[in-house]
Amino acid sequence: MNKLQIILSGIIKNNPTFVLVLGMCPTLGTTTSAINGMGMGVATMAVLIMSNLVISLIKNFIPDKVRIPAFIVVIASFVTIIQMLMQAYVPSLYASLGVFIPLIVVNCIILGRAEAFASKNGAIDSMLDGVGIGLGFTLSLTVIGAVREVLGSGAIFGYSLGISDYMPLVFVLAPGAFLVLGYLMVLFNKFVKK
Amino acid sequence: MELSYFAIIIGAIFVNNVVLAQFLGICPFLGVSSKVDTSLGMGAAVTFVMALSSIVAWSIQEFILVPLGIEYMQTIVFILVIAALVQMVEIVLKKVSPSLYQALGIFLPLITTNCAVLGVAILMIQKEFNLLQSFTYSVSTALGFALALVIFAGLRERLELEDVPEAMKGIPVSLIVAAILAMAFMGFSGLV
Repeated sequence: MNKLQIILSGIIKNNPTFVLVLGMCPTLGTTTSAINGMGMGVATMAVLIMSNLVISLIKNFIPDKVRIPAFIVVIASFVTIIQMLMQAYVPSLYASLGVFIPLIVVNCIILGRAEAFASKNGAIDSMLDGVGIGLGFTLSLTVIGAVREVLGSGAIFGYSLGISDYMPLVFVLAPGAFLVLGYLMVLFNKFVKK
Repeated sequence: MELSYFAIIIGAIFVNNVVLAQFLGICPFLGVSSKVDTSLGMGAAVTFVMALSSIVAWSIQEFILVPLGIEYMQTIVFILVIAALVQMVEIVLKKVSPSLYQALGIFLPLITTNCAVLGVAILMIQKEFNLLQSFTYSVSTALGFALALVIFAGLRERLELEDVPEAMKGIPVSLIVAAILAMAFMGFSGLV
């Protein structure tokens, strides 16, 4: 598989949100606006790239029996680093994402890729896989966030479209998350997955 | 933080339902909830583990992390403790109560990756609850989880019989049903 294919397959064919249906908690919980969705996606992508890289480098030193706990420690270390960086440099985003940042640890996408890809492939390919899956995740979260922001508060990326008075707030609240993700998945199944 | 226990219980079960308002534990919510029986089993297993992990996590935070000034290790320590705890519960149950192990068995390993368990541990530390409050909070959160799971399983059992358009089969239609259920739970907001 060439390098470009690895990246592209993460975005469409193995899209973590719409095809693999992994990492649903942050997908639903953080996409109240396009910026929040994107922030969550980028944070997850950073953890994914670094953990894929490290795991592919150390895979030969880890005994098979304890590989899952070892992977979790690697992932949790990177999550802690990202958490501290975000707290220092983007405090407002850190505050609005809240508990979902430490919860990147239990995001099944990351452990899933460590197990399915990084533990079998070389360092460069594993990093590229992280980039691809990470981009797919970021893209999905940004789209969901953008749709909810437009429908719920009449704005996009924080810029008001001047229609906020006519928009049903429910799309920013909990039911809107399920509804928008559900219907976007229907559209994805109908037009892209063929 | 002064909160009556009643407010914590009602708040965690209905108003801020862990699945439908806080979006924690969505994976088992979508994955395991196709039958009422299995979702009852899952609910029981989660309640059991969450109650235990809340006590353990609270003690670790209070007696190890805070005195040593290493609160930033919280994420790493908690996830390892929860994973170890689930393993231990599995081993102990197998020995002590084989019937309960039979009933909960298959669900236990799944709980490690249930973000609700880690989420509740982190949230109760953030809310600065004492030990009894933490315990109350996590048990009622788990009950809220079980409630959402069982209601949703009932809805999905009916949904099996319906004629759903091809593109909506499976997860999409479940998400839309969950949206309606979440709307119903919004009716509880402002209760406490």
